[in-house]
Amino acid sequence: MPPRLKLFLPLILFLVLAAFLYRGLSLDPMAMPSALIDRPLPEFRLTELADNRPLERDDVIGEPALFNVWATWCISCRVEHPYLQQLADSGVPIYGINYKDEDEAARRWLQDLGNPYRANIVDREGTLGVDLGVYGAPETYLVDADGIIRYRHVGVIDERVWRDTLEPLWREIAALESTP
Amino acid sequence: MKLIRLCGLALFTLLLALPATAVIETYEFSDRELELRYRELSQELRCPKCQNQNIADSNAPISQDLRRLLHQQLEAGATDAEILNFMVARYGEFVRYRPSFNGVAVLLWLAPILLLLIGVASVLLMMRGRRQQSTALDPAEQQELSALLATTEKDD
Repeated sequence: MPPRLKLFLPLILFLVLAAFLYRGLSLDPMAMPSALIDRPLPEFRLTELADNRPLERDDVIGEPALFNVWATWCISCRVEHPYLQQLADSGVPIYGINYKDEDEAARRWLQDLGNPYRANIVDREGTLGVDLGVYGAPETYLVDADGIIRYRHVGVIDERVWRDTLEPLWREIAALESTP
Repeated sequence: MKLIRLCGLALFTLLLALPATAVIETYEFSDRELELRYRELSQELRCPKCQNQNIADSNAPISQDLRRLLHQQLEAGATDAEILNFMVARYGEFVRYRPSFNGVAVLLWLAPILLLLIGVASVLLMMRGRRQQSTALDPAEQQELSALLATTEKDD
C-alpha cells in the first residue's frame, strides 16, 4: 500500500465507526421482533369472557382480524381502548385476549368503557400469552384469514400506529383475500 | 419485662424480613440435579420485558411465568435443549444469553477470533517491515555519506 494512502486509514476507520454509531442512534434497543411472524396462531382451549363458553383457535380464525392482548391492570390498555372502539366501529374485527386478569373486573371494564371485541379469550394463567410470546400488555397481533400471524405491535395502538404500520398491512391482507 | 421487650424486638425484626422472602418464589424439586439445572437455565434465559436481566433476577410477571414453566418442564423430564427450543420458538433467539451457533449469531461467536487473527497478522506484517529497514548503508549511500563528511571537514 502506498504510504500516502496509509495516512487515510484513521480517517476511513473513523468514517466506518461513525456510520455504525449514527445508525445506532435511530435504532430502538427495546424493539424485539416476534418469533411468531408468518407462523400460525397457536392452538388453545380457553373460555369466553362474557358467557364462559369454550373457545378455541378454529372459533376465531377465518377472516383477517386483530388480536389485542389486554388487562384491567394495564394502564396503557385504557389509553388505547377508545381507539380500538373506533377501529371496531369502522369494521375491523378485533378479538380480545384478556391476559392474566380477573373475570369480574374485566367484565366491568367492558361494561363501563364499551366493548370493541368480537369475543374475549380468557387467558387467566397466561398460557396462550406464553405461546404467543407476549411479554406485557398491550400487544396486538395481526392475523390473516388462514390464521397466520402477520405482524405484532407492542404498545398502544393509536391513529398514527394504525395509519403508518397496521393499516397498510391490513389492506394488503384484505386485498389478497378478495383475489383468490 | 426485659424478656417481653426482647421477644417483641425479635418479632419485629422477623416482620422486617418478610418482604425479602416474598420477592421470589421457591420451587421444590424432586431431584437435586433438577434444581441445579433450574438455576443454570434461569440464569441463561433472558427476561423479554426487562432486558438486561435474566429470569432468575427479574421480578417481572413474565419472568415469574417463565420460571414456573421452567420448573414444570424440568419436572416433566424435558432436556435442556428442549426447554431452550421451547423458549426460542416463542420469544426468539433474544431470550438466550448464549445464542446458538447458527445464522447471524455465528458472526458474533467468530468475531473475537477473527479480530485476534487480524491483530496477529498486522503485528507480524509490521515486524517484517521493520526488519527489512536494515540500518546498514549500501555502497551508494556510503559514498554519499563520505562525500558529505568530506565537505563539512573542508568547511571547518
